[in-house]
Amino acid sequence: MEDKIVVKNLSKVFGKNPDKALKALKEGKSKEDILRDQKQMVGVYDVSFSVKKSEIFVLMGLSGSGKSTLQRLINRLHEPSSGEIIVEGTDITKLDSKDLRNFRRKHFCGMVFQNFAVLPHRTVLENVEFGLELQGVDKDKRREKSREIIKIVGLEGNENSMPSELSGGMLQRVGLARGLTVDADIMLMDEAFSALDPLIRTQMQNELLELQDRMQKTIIFVTHDLDEAFKLGNRIAIMYDGRIVQIGTAEEIISRPANDYVKAFVEDMNRSTVLTAGTVMHPPQETAFTRDGPRTIARKIRKNALTGILVITTKRELRGYVRAKELAEYIKKNEDKEDISFDKSLLHKPAQVYEDTPLNEVINLYSGDHKFGPIAVTDKDNKLKGVIVRGALIAALSESYRPDFPENAENTEPAESPETPEGSENTNTK
Amino acid sequence: MFPYRIPLRDWITAAVEYLETEFAFFFDGFSALIFFLVNNFKDGMLFLHPLVLIIIITAITWYMAGWKNSIIAFLGLLLSENIGLWEPFVETLALVLTAELLVVILGLPLGIWAARSDRVNEVLRPILDFMQTMPAFVYLIPAVMFFGLGLVPGVVATFVFALPPLIRLTNLGIRQVPHELVEAADAFGATSMQKLLKVQMPVAKATILAGLNQSIMLGLSMVVIAAMIGAGGLGADVLRGIQRLQVGQGFEAGLVVVILAIILDRITAGFGSRKKANSA
Repeated sequence: MEDKIVVKNLSKVFGKNPDKALKALKEGKSKEDILRDQKQMVGVYDVSFSVKKSEIFVLMGLSGSGKSTLQRLINRLHEPSSGEIIVEGTDITKLDSKDLRNFRRKHFCGMVFQNFAVLPHRTVLENVEFGLELQGVDKDKRREKSREIIKIVGLEGNENSMPSELSGGMLQRVGLARGLTVDADIMLMDEAFSALDPLIRTQMQNELLELQDRMQKTIIFVTHDLDEAFKLGNRIAIMYDGRIVQIGTAEEIISRPANDYVKAFVEDMNRSTVLTAGTVMHPPQETAFTRDGPRTIARKIRKNALTGILVITTKRELRGYVRAKELAEYIKKNEDKEDISFDKSLLHKPAQVYEDTPLNEVINLYSGDHKFGPIAVTDKDNKLKGVIVRGALIAALSESYRPDFPENAENTEPAESPETPEGSENTNTK
Repeated sequence: MFPYRIPLRDWITAAVEYLETEFAFFFDGFSALIFFLVNNFKDGMLFLHPLVLIIIITAITWYMAGWKNSIIAFLGLLLSENIGLWEPFVETLALVLTAELLVVILGLPLGIWAARSDRVNEVLRPILDFMQTMPAFVYLIPAVMFFGLGLVPGVVATFVFALPPLIRLTNLGIRQVPHELVEAADAFGATSMQKLLKVQMPVAKATILAGLNQSIMLGLSMVVIAAMIGAGGLGADVLRGIQRLQVGQGFEAGLVVVILAIILDRITAGFGSRKKANSA
């Protein structure tokens, strides 16, 4: 794929004499030295990378790592101190203000911000048409285009709402729509989903991926959240202290972290999204079979000191869960009978997940009815593969605990996350 | 205490005389403009039957500030007419409108300029501080020196006195526009003028209008004081009441000033809080 944006040796110093700071950096002075000696702040130093057409390129780093600065250099909201930014063959660092303005209109879909930056005095429709309005597109035309995009991002019916009437998720849709309406193809998104609550955030991430499938924009996405970076990014650049320390696909970064910083970062990543039910389950200690009578089941429960037991067929198909207490009461009630049959009403529907269910979804099952019972792990054919007990789940989340379960050994590699984008090649331009 | 007295007053007199002679054309022209504006406002309003003007003002109040305020306005205006203070009422209104027109013409651009340039802001700030800490009274002196007695120096003093709040709050309002909104406009390729008209001014509107409201209130108080240099209007009646110890007459005029103040305040406070009607 062709390179849409090429950045070469880009640096940004906030201060009165950037050249002096850059010279000092070249001599090996640190950012801190420069801040102390020259009262100048180095935002980004000597960064080079390229972004391909139609990819989501994520700039990932903690606050102060220079990721937002770098993004604002790409459309020159910040003036670069040195280096080149070549967008579709044009070095935009050389443009004068009028050419820059036209270039932005032609190639950039504005920007999407963490706090939405929706104009409070305008309706949704008027916000969405903002970019085209600035370009002087006539009213009918821009309204038509805006309505079309509003439909795509799912804001239909809210065209005339004021921003104060909308929720965060909807506001960010307005922000997104405003960018998509402009007939350009580079989209800059700055922590676009960071202000949204987790549920809406996941939803918006999924929608962005869907939209991207259709619209094929070139997106530069800034985030401090590694999960989000890995989920969205075709490639990810990890920034530290104003520099890019590694560029690669999620898989490359996880399997071959460039240095200790990246390694620590990747290890620190929210385990629950990487680990799956299959990696923490145990083989079921004891199960009951559908042909077992109540007394046999009761014995199995007693022998293993369980609070309940999973019932399967001989073909290991999951049938249900029996609670020890209810079973004991049932037996007591029918004490005098010689041969009692198993009553179907004793069977409860157990908490059930698949081997590849991420752990964070598993945790959610620990509520309501399933609070105390084990969680059954099955394959897609409902065959029981193992169980997850509370202790193992908590242990897995809290540290690098791996149950001794050789069958799933290959699953313990976090890189197996299904969200890892495909088609990765080693394109570390650093 | 000192054997030598600094001849401050001589210097100032000399400076004023110099300006008066060298810039006579400017002062004359400015004078004529103010005369023209005040007289037109006044004649325009007096041309209408009092009841017609009362209804117009009531309607404006209704539109801007709701029916409750419009009833207060209506009753207040009727009272003013009834006690025979209609003409001074209109005259005072004309003085305030003229002064405010000048305030907006000069204050708005200055406020915008100050918001866009830190250097301008740094220069303006001490001047505005100085202007606001000076007693209202003191403004009358230079006004009289340059424009003599009458309504022109009254308007000039009012204009100078009422200028700072609009500049300050325009500046503040634009500076308070969230940075991301400005960045968004830039990122979409807005020109400087588009940014100002489509983002900064509308977002800062409430603050700017609060500035205008303050400015009008200050202007009204000054117009009354300006009666002392012959500006006329309600202030003159208040002054006459004081000088002749006619408590009743002075109080009546004062009450009408309050009525005017309430009406102007409600109308201009209404600007900022009025929700934008949905277009499209």
